[in-house]
Amino acid sequence: MATDVHRPVTGAPHGGETVSQHPTVVRVDGLTRAFDGRPVIDRLQLDVQAGEFVALLGRSGCGKSTLLRILAGLDRDIEGTVLVPRRKAVAFQAPRLMPWKRVWRNVLLGLPGRPERAVAERALEEVGLSHRSQAWPKTLSGGEAQRASLARALVREPDLLLLDEPFGALDALTRVKAQRLVDELWQRRGCAVLLVTHDVEEAVLLADRVLVMDDGVIAHEQRIDLPRPRDIADPRFAALRTGLLERLGVEAPAAPAAEAA
Amino acid sequence: MSISHAPPQPVPDISRKGHAESLEPGPGPSPELVALVPSSSRRARVPRWLRRTTGPLLLLGLWQLLSATGALASDVLASPGTIARVAGDLIEDGSLTTAMGVSLQRVAIGLLLGTLVGTGLALVSGLFRIGEDLVDASVQMLRTVPFVGLIPLFIIWFGIGEAPKVAIITLGVSFPLYLNVYAGIRGVDSQLIEAGESLGLSRWGLVRHVILPGALPGAMTGLRYSLGIAWLALVFAEQINADAGIGFLMVQARDFLRTDVIVVCLVVYAFLGLLADFVVRTLERLLLQWRPTFTGR
Repeated sequence: MATDVHRPVTGAPHGGETVSQHPTVVRVDGLTRAFDGRPVIDRLQLDVQAGEFVALLGRSGCGKSTLLRILAGLDRDIEGTVLVPRRKAVAFQAPRLMPWKRVWRNVLLGLPGRPERAVAERALEEVGLSHRSQAWPKTLSGGEAQRASLARALVREPDLLLLDEPFGALDALTRVKAQRLVDELWQRRGCAVLLVTHDVEEAVLLADRVLVMDDGVIAHEQRIDLPRPRDIADPRFAALRTGLLERLGVEAPAAPAAEAA
Repeated sequence: MSISHAPPQPVPDISRKGHAESLEPGPGPSPELVALVPSSSRRARVPRWLRRTTGPLLLLGLWQLLSATGALASDVLASPGTIARVAGDLIEDGSLTTAMGVSLQRVAIGLLLGTLVGTGLALVSGLFRIGEDLVDASVQMLRTVPFVGLIPLFIIWFGIGEAPKVAIITLGVSFPLYLNVYAGIRGVDSQLIEAGESLGLSRWGLVRHVILPGALPGAMTGLRYSLGIAWLALVFAEQINADAGIGFLMVQARDFLRTDVIVVCLVVYAFLGLLADFVVRTLERLLLQWRPTFTGR
């Protein structure tokens, strides 16, 4: 599962590997991305270890999605060093399935060689969507489409899975199910995950480490050592959530009576 | 929250105007209830095909009636009965089928060439920026020239054989196809292209799996327009210097004041147009089955 091959998105590869128990799958050093001269990401530093689940929080427009797009290799107007594994996959907020391809063909799209349908069926089975493999994407519900998009990412057996607010457009119940699914898949696959979200609860629920992005850099880092599966009702959970919300500029409710809920 | 603290006595209905009544506690007069009728029982169940054929049949009956009573003279417009008989005669002596064959061939060749030219140019200008700069401006300029007006020029260039007729159809077909395929390519969702990139598709893979299928609905619209224009171009082209084809039959009939033959030819044109539309509809159903469409209520 560990990544051997690092591919620089741009710039020269850095010196030697850092001495660490886990190999690094993402190394970002001095990354700058400017839009019209205004830096959105400003000399950013980031390391992600193999198998680590990292959540990236931040206000809208803080550059977290831009960072994800850079790591996905979709944005190359950058300065600095970015090392990412060759095998990486993205799931976007919108499922972005090709409407003219049946679900299983969408899953196999872009895979090298001529993969068999069984490969897609296995991935769909894993996300619990094998009964819809023959369907057209436009006939899927929001949750189903998002699961198909996850299957399409997982079938690539990525060392790094990039999730760009994948649950943002789902209704509350479907979201809870989808979060559990991602948790399960991550534990089974052991790939590193970078989850971009603006839902603090989701970040604390899933991640080993929560990063808060502000002013183009990682402004705050919070390790989450709660045992899994995590319980939202746990007071430690609530404390972590309140702390992160404060970091994001959302104060705890003023009236103490409201806390009772 | 408010439920548990609700006042014990019923709240007076403030919407009622009469003050004497409104102070009175207790439920007011119950509102009048209206039954919602299921939509299926509201309409008489006449089959759809029957409803759709009634109108044209009535029109045909009226026409026959006017001809029979002499209100419509036969040298103005022949009666449907006469037209049917003449059509039978024309088919029997083979002149109509021969003419149809000739006309169909012209349309087919013109359509084929026009599709190649229109789609080819659209691909060049849709997929490559340099192609757009070179091709699009020229095509947009030429598009404004009414293609029928080029017939005299085409006769000088290509003579009076098949070539100018096919050329006129080709020209007419090319533009709508170009415009719609080009718009279709440029209208492909950039998010899907980005998703394709993130999945590791090559440039050619993107064209094949994302851009071309995405442009297909536009191409189909273009094809429909093109077919309509192809028949129009055929009619224009065949009225000039033709020695075979449906248009030739019509010109001949005009010289002998045979309105019946003219109407037969018009019906044949309409029938061929309908056939072409059916072909495109079938193509759409097969190629665009991924697209859920609104089918009307």
